[in-house]
Amino acid sequence: MSTDVYDGGVPAGSGKGGADASTGDASSKGTASAPGAGPGAGPGARPSLGSRLVASASGGALRIFLILVALFWLMPTIGLLLSSLRDSSDIAASGWWEIFIAPAQLTTENYARLLDNEVITGSLLSSVTITVPATVLVVVIGSLAGYAFAWMDFPGRDWWFLVVVGLLVVPVQVALVPVSKLFGAIGIFETTFGVVLFHVAFGLPFAIFLLRNFFAEIPRELLEAARLDGAGEIRLFTRVVLPLGGPAIASLGIFQFLWVWNDMLVALIFADSKSPPITVALQQQVRQFGNNIDVMAPGAFVSMVIPLVVFFAFQRQFVTGVMAGAVK
Amino acid sequence: MKSTATGGAAAPVPPAPAPAPDRDTPPNARKSVTGTRKLIAAGFLLPALVLLGALVVYPIGYSVYRSFFDKSGDSFAGLGNYVEIFTDDTILTAVRNNAIWVVVAPTVATALGLIFAVLTERVRWGTAFKLVVFMPMAISMLAAGIIFRLVYEQDPNRGVANAVWVGVHDTFNESAGFPKARPLPVHPLKPGGGGSFVTKEPVRAGTPAQLPLVGVAPAKMPSDARPAAAAKPADGEVTGTAWLDFTRGGGGRPNVVDPEELGLKGIKVEAVKDGKVVASATAAADGTFSLPAAADGAQLRLPATNFREPYNGVDWLGPTFVTPAIIGSYVWMWAGFAMVLIAAGLAGVPRELMEAARVDGANEWQVFRRVTVPLLAPVLAVVMVTLMINVLKIFDLVFIIAPGSSQDDANVLALQLYRSSFGTDADLGVGSAIAVLLLLLVIPVMLFNVRRMRRETRR
Repeated sequence: MSTDVYDGGVPAGSGKGGADASTGDASSKGTASAPGAGPGAGPGARPSLGSRLVASASGGALRIFLILVALFWLMPTIGLLLSSLRDSSDIAASGWWEIFIAPAQLTTENYARLLDNEVITGSLLSSVTITVPATVLVVVIGSLAGYAFAWMDFPGRDWWFLVVVGLLVVPVQVALVPVSKLFGAIGIFETTFGVVLFHVAFGLPFAIFLLRNFFAEIPRELLEAARLDGAGEIRLFTRVVLPLGGPAIASLGIFQFLWVWNDMLVALIFADSKSPPITVALQQQVRQFGNNIDVMAPGAFVSMVIPLVVFFAFQRQFVTGVMAGAVK
Repeated sequence: MKSTATGGAAAPVPPAPAPAPDRDTPPNARKSVTGTRKLIAAGFLLPALVLLGALVVYPIGYSVYRSFFDKSGDSFAGLGNYVEIFTDDTILTAVRNNAIWVVVAPTVATALGLIFAVLTERVRWGTAFKLVVFMPMAISMLAAGIIFRLVYEQDPNRGVANAVWVGVHDTFNESAGFPKARPLPVHPLKPGGGGSFVTKEPVRAGTPAQLPLVGVAPAKMPSDARPAAAAKPADGEVTGTAWLDFTRGGGGRPNVVDPEELGLKGIKVEAVKDGKVVASATAAADGTFSLPAAADGAQLRLPATNFREPYNGVDWLGPTFVTPAIIGSYVWMWAGFAMVLIAAGLAGVPRELMEAARVDGANEWQVFRRVTVPLLAPVLAVVMVTLMINVLKIFDLVFIIAPGSSQDDANVLALQLYRSSFGTDADLGVGSAIAVLLLLLVIPVMLFNVRRMRRETRR
């Protein structure tokens, strides 16, 4: 399952085109300078010289185009990174690209100041205290329910599951006002606990959907064998289903972690205003954007570091999660 | 690939006759192997159902209910709040912008994703390319918003979008850049109409012309301007000097090239006879220029282009362009998503069909247009629908990127909902009505998902 998701599972055959173009490159250049050399050089089955030339030329153009697009895509992020490494007076005076002319401008001072800023360091901690419980709870509650929907008997099982599927696309916006009133009534409005609960509730439909479908594919024989060994429902769940569900649980965990870490809207409304997560702490600086770039640029970059590390470390699981979440 | 991605996750078991939760069903049905007691099942489900009920289902009911009451929540307002959505100017802007978003953003992102997926398939380092384009998916919309605030900075010396744009613009449309420069009454120049200046008298070959101006701040002078030099008379040529007739600290004499006065480097000089330009020249770093003999007897004109304000680029975050600009940042984030899904779909397309088309003489474009795209249609539809749902709720990017002054012009439904519900002068009736509207718009997708899953659970 999900071995080659990121590459889109490119079949072996398609890699050939690229290899062909590049090997063809060298040889066709050689023959191009001496067209009189005749077709003796290559094996008889090769395409004509003309078509190979066209192919390698268009292959070169394609590569240049893709490199330009990739640079274009990287440029905004590089701009942020380089801005975060410049003094605020330099930022005010000129664009980040000046750093290529004056590398001496590079300084880590903004970061040093940022890490001395208790609002920012405190908000990073808040982000962790919101994200970790929200992720763990979604995985735990979601896999309990996913297992129940996949392998337990109770009245209306499939009907209940369809309700959960229906909830997949409910926008969080619908719940903002009612839940803030509800939390206010029970005294957890503007608390970390409240934010966590909200994230868990809105993470659950996807978690149950993903895990139920994954658990349902566990071979029945495995469960029966464990059952014959005398395992009860809980033992079956913890010793057989959870270990086998590893890949799906990993995808879900990564996905939920990034989702919660990157959230701003829910935290903006429900988080404790005295210890907001990093997204809200930075958002509060945006109004003075021009004057605050020396805080916002390194702050934004620090807030990106954790998702990016998670992304690069767990690309495969992340992509699986994103693809499974295509309905969300 | 995970089968749930595009729909087909089903139990790998033969069909059960009905979802009857009865222990008498054939042993093959995907049902409990332990003979679960209902109490245990309830224990497994309870946390999820309580949370979903209290924080997802109940709020839907509350929002629908609340949307029929007025601002105070005391008196029944009927459909009044819904009418307000489509009559209030600010909210109507949000509705209109949301429509633009839902049409444009998914289409552009999907188109780019398709192009990238098809092109990278043939390149060995395609995976590295995909990584770069997909990366923005991992970061928060807040961070992306800050990144693009920086990109769209108005000042071309700070925002890269305008830096590039101004660079391109100035290549085709140069501006020498002496705005506000002007002659004094004692100078031999007078306004020539349309912002240009002309000499009061015709010029003669062999007699150097003087074109003094004032009104340029020393800091605004080109950094490579040199002290002005008096032009040498030359036979058969009209020579002259254009310079800034102003000595810092005083002591300069008008109409005289004093030692510390700078030449107006790059200023354009035209010789005009009977309203026609007969010759033109550009001043050197010391302000000197020379014109051919044809200019003899002509008036010299400093055309208005010399005095135009320097081009300052596009006001990306102003009222006109703010929505397209933010959509651009969204596409930057989500084109990678479309690309990865489409690439996965592409991997499942049978190669033989494309090969067959090529053998039949189709060129690459025809193969793409007539074979690849139709085969990918289901994946493209999934990607489009997913992005549409996502875009419908767009909030963070608009909230962060649009500056306060143009937030009304960039307004979208989710932002208006936030303002109506939590802003100053909140009206929970309107806020709830917008929430219900958002929900109504995703209901078709909800029903589609449910029907698909029902087919699969019944199977």
